[in-house]
Amino acid sequence: MPIYPLKETRQSPQSQTKAFSWLKDNLFSSLSNAALTFIALYLIYLILPPILDWMIFDANFDLTADNDSCGREGACWAFIDSNLKMFIYGFYPQEELWRVNTMFGIIIGLVVFGSLIKKSQYRAHYIIGAFLIYPIVAFVLLHGGLGLEVVETDKWGGLTLTVVVAAIGIVASFPLGILFALGRQSKMRVVRFISVVYIEFVRGVPLITILFMASVVLPLFFSAGMDFDKLLRALIGITLFQTAYIAEVIRGGLQAIPKGQYEAADAAGLSFMKKTVLVILPQALKVSIPNIVGSFIALFKDTTLVLIIGLFDMLAIVGAATSNSSWLGRDTEGYVFVAMVIWVILYSMSLYSKKLETRFSTEHK
Amino acid sequence: MSELINKEVGEKGCCEIIEINALNKWYGDFHALKDIDLKVKEGEIIVVCGPSGSGKSTLIRCVNFLEKFQEGSIVVDGTELTDDVKKIRRVRSEVSMVFQHFNLFPHLNIIDNLTLAPIWVHNETKQAARDKALQLLDRVDIKDQAKKYPNQLSGGKQQRVAIARALCTSPKIMLFDEPTSALDPEMISEVLDVMVELAKEGITMICVTHEMGFAKKVADRIIFMDEGQIIEENEPESFFKNPESDRLKLFLDQILSQ
Ligand SMILES: Nc1ncnc2c1ncn2[C@@H]1O[C@H](COP(=O)(O)OP(=O)(O)OP(=O)(O)O)[C@@H](O)[C@H]1O
Ligand SMILES: [Mg+2]
Repeated sequence: MPIYPLKETRQSPQSQTKAFSWLKDNLFSSLSNAALTFIALYLIYLILPPILDWMIFDANFDLTADNDSCGREGACWAFIDSNLKMFIYGFYPQEELWRVNTMFGIIIGLVVFGSLIKKSQYRAHYIIGAFLIYPIVAFVLLHGGLGLEVVETDKWGGLTLTVVVAAIGIVASFPLGILFALGRQSKMRVVRFISVVYIEFVRGVPLITILFMASVVLPLFFSAGMDFDKLLRALIGITLFQTAYIAEVIRGGLQAIPKGQYEAADAAGLSFMKKTVLVILPQALKVSIPNIVGSFIALFKDTTLVLIIGLFDMLAIVGAATSNSSWLGRDTEGYVFVAMVIWVILYSMSLYSKKLETRFSTEHK
Repeated sequence: MSELINKEVGEKGCCEIIEINALNKWYGDFHALKDIDLKVKEGEIIVVCGPSGSGKSTLIRCVNFLEKFQEGSIVVDGTELTDDVKKIRRVRSEVSMVFQHFNLFPHLNIIDNLTLAPIWVHNETKQAARDKALQLLDRVDIKDQAKKYPNQLSGGKQQRVAIARALCTSPKIMLFDEPTSALDPEMISEVLDVMVELAKEGITMICVTHEMGFAKKVADRIIFMDEGQIIEENEPESFFKNPESDRLKLFLDQILSQ
């Protein structure tokens, strides 16, 4: 019988010319791939230089410049600088801006603290507590009361409004979405019927329609004299809308759970509630995370539609700022800036969801 | 062998802990269980075998009401199974089940898998549940894996965890549905060993399995099912030596020639 000696391990030949082989594998692996690479390079050559010229090389970075001295061949970033407060806070009173800052500061503090106590056994209590208490604190800070001067919601605007609308939409639609997802799976006919009708109706209608309906139809339910807050209408509309999408996403997660999990939970004697909360939902939510975050990102973009019913979110602020006679015609700067800010926020959200995904899949599948 | 012969049904507890009377079950139009009568005494070890589709799983799943049935009655430890949720839960808190595919909760680590039911169904304190869970893990020889997640363990270990989980609520009755059929051959014995130990301790067991060695070793009675019926039942010696029905003879030929 022949006996074979153990072989030495060797370096892969590829690792020696890394850059070259990467190029070859990724950009020039075949003739058509190479052609695409050249086309892409050409397109970049066409598009990128003018943009860079406008944004950087021909732009005026002199923040003291005014509309006339700025010049028209490139961007005038002084416009952003002198309107920055408006972009962030809308028409919120100058003296009260600290309240908005405090609100954002607290939430950042809460998140940082939460990530520091990852191992603590009280983490769940902390998170639930924060979820219950923070909205009240935030509302008092933003709106006033308890000795703080009241700032009506029509003064809210800019990035603050965008974030507030998206955050409330996200936080409120999440539990509602779970309820409707469970409702759609329920054995009770009526519950199932209501859930299906609601979800399918809302998903069949664009958000704009729902926002219009919320702003026109909702007040009909209240007596004429009562002023029904415009922002509240938008929030209700957005929450109703988002609930249906979250419900569908979570239903997908529920369907991914094997029958054996239900059986094991049943056999152990868990009640329906305990089975759902302890066994089914954690697994369903985990598989749904990418889609949930995707849906939240879509919502964040959609919140810009509130400008249609007269709220001044960040996008609407561009219009307001450039209608001011001293900055006429600087819309491009405004929209580019808003696009960049929103992109940074959304891209961070999607990075975070990737991180969550990998954390879950390495910790426990 | 001698210890097996000494084992008599009579020396097991005095009373019937499971009474199944004239049980009939349909899936739609398909008659899955036909007039099943079965009484199990406290501490008795029953092995159920039979060809695929004969209704073995259906039968034991009726005992903890994972399957509803249309006719007949099942009384478990004095509680008759009806649609009444409270009664179902009372029965389930006394009956534990081990599944073919383990069905561990993948989002919980091993120790949390074990303590879930004790804490949330039996209202035990966290500490008491943990202590007990660690003891049980020790007994099935996987104490050092308590912090791992199910998918990090081999099939044999997962099934041992599943057995420990089932024991964690101190059940009076254990149901096993082909606990070794999904395992790689080299892992079957580690699970069977645990089950043999269990059987010696006097817990009531109904075990669907094709492991005839196991049946010979521990069963008080073996039940052979086919087409939704109990065809034959006997204590192990006679079951293997003098099968009466042709179907059982055929079945034994097939299974023992493997
Ligand atoms: N949910 C169901 N709906 C319809 N028919 C079913 C269902 N579950 C089982 N059956 C049928 O009932 C019969 C008995 O099934 P059961 O699972 O009890 O068989 P088994 O003896 O456990 O077989 P196996 O050895 O394959 O596990 C089979 O013919 C099966 O097709
Ligand atoms: Mg079966």
